[in-house]
Amino acid sequence: MRRPSSILAALAATALLLAAGCGADAGGEPAAGGGASSAAVSGDVTVLAAASLTESFKQIGKDFEADNPGTKVTFSFAGSSALATQINQGAPADLFAAASPATMKTVTDAGNGDGEPVTFVKNQLVIATAKGNPKGISGLSDLTKPGVKVALCAEQVPCGAAAKKALDAANVKLTPVTLEQDVKAALSKVKLGEVDAALVYRTDAKAAAADVDGLEFPESADAINDYPVVVLKDAPNKSAAQAFAGYLASEKAKAVLTAAGFQAP
Amino acid sequence: MTPTRRQTRARVPLPLLLPAGLGLVFLVLPLVGLVVRAPWTTLPERLTEPGVLTALRLSLLTATLATVLCLLLGVPLAWLLARITFPGRRLVRALVTVPLVLPPVVGGVALLLVFGRRGLVGSWLDSTFGISLPFTTAGVVVAEAFVAMPFLVIAVEGALRGTDTRYEEAAATLGAGRWTTFRRVTLPLVAPGVAAGTVLCWARALGEFGATITFAGNFPGRTQTMPLAVYLALETDLQAAIVLSLILLIVSVGILAGLRGRWIA
Repeated sequence: MRRPSSILAALAATALLLAAGCGADAGGEPAAGGGASSAAVSGDVTVLAAASLTESFKQIGKDFEADNPGTKVTFSFAGSSALATQINQGAPADLFAAASPATMKTVTDAGNGDGEPVTFVKNQLVIATAKGNPKGISGLSDLTKPGVKVALCAEQVPCGAAAKKALDAANVKLTPVTLEQDVKAALSKVKLGEVDAALVYRTDAKAAAADVDGLEFPESADAINDYPVVVLKDAPNKSAAQAFAGYLASEKAKAVLTAAGFQAP
Repeated sequence: MTPTRRQTRARVPLPLLLPAGLGLVFLVLPLVGLVVRAPWTTLPERLTEPGVLTALRLSLLTATLATVLCLLLGVPLAWLLARITFPGRRLVRALVTVPLVLPPVVGGVALLLVFGRRGLVGSWLDSTFGISLPFTTAGVVVAEAFVAMPFLVIAVEGALRGTDTRYEEAAATLGAGRWTTFRRVTLPLVAPGVAAGTVLCWARALGEFGATITFAGNFPGRTQTMPLAVYLALETDLQAAIVLSLILLIVSVGILAGLRGRWIA
């Protein structure tokens, strides 16, 4: 049966294209500062990283591999809390980069971190709207207007906790239509036009700049997220993991992170 | 019947018994894991948390409605596939199984592209009737029905092909129209197949996660079914997730076992 399988393939391809819609759009400038690490490291490094780090970490991973021949960086991007659960249940990984200290704490409290976590960037929330902001949203209070559908992250994940903090700070009572499981899911609801706005990280809005507008709002200053990174206690390749963690502070990596919309810690 | 059954019980060939036993262990072991790790001491208070019952009620309601929808549309579809020869029947039969091979999350995206606010059908529904399916309980039913219907169609079609068409021909020669024949002869003949398909369909709808969270979003009381509640609980509280999973398992296995005894001999 050729027909159905080719239809399936087409469907799958469409879906893949959709999923990849936000794909990494080349991290730009070839970065001046050399981040060459001192000790020679090699082998596979498995990095579990918050969904919001997807684009920048992919780029940094490529740079790291280029600067450290013989290394291969493998990423698993998901909601920070899901990753923390995986680690605490014994998932084999070398490095964990979370989108919030609270989530990182669940890993270090369980004794799965090697040393203290280091904050390497900060992120802030913006209001993501459809391109051109058709509903004319100018601040948090506009999100409560009738006819404006809003997606938030669930409170259990960092972007949801930050959204709650910002909304509380602004004293805005908001009933979203959905509480998404991670920031990318919330953003995709805006991209698909199913909601009019979502509270997402500035970096996510920036990565999807072709489809959405990111609107800064003052109250986001009350909900800045620190991103800590830690080498895991049971890391199969500890030396390479430490090298990658150190690499995050290199000029090259900093340039990628800043270009993505992150702030220096 | 009884003598042969007794005979098989007497001598079970080892090449069958061994893999059968292993298969059973493989299926049951994860369940044992849940039971062993369940926080039995705090179980009563966790059960009475308001969110739990809300999600359970929503799950049972939507799975049942989705099953009804599948019965109304799926049984006629199965009859068509089994009894009527038409060009492209093989293709149609293959298309029916698409939701089986499609990852549910992709199914959810596909549903959004069709029934979403800007979807092919959804934009028309929205502008004409003001109906918007995403983020509603009806949306959950649609997502579950989409994923579960193939199970029903395949089961019923199989049953229909297995029946002796001479009964239907006899009914026709006695003057019964096709609709009467279907109602009075065909349907009673395939009742066990329909029952089995219904059970499968309901079970699949109850456990549905990917298409639901993608198409209907996640909001307590409206679209947050048990699987979604389990997933989000997993973000922060593994024990709560285990409790929720156990409840879902106990309720569904209880209902299925009860129905099985009554309907499917």
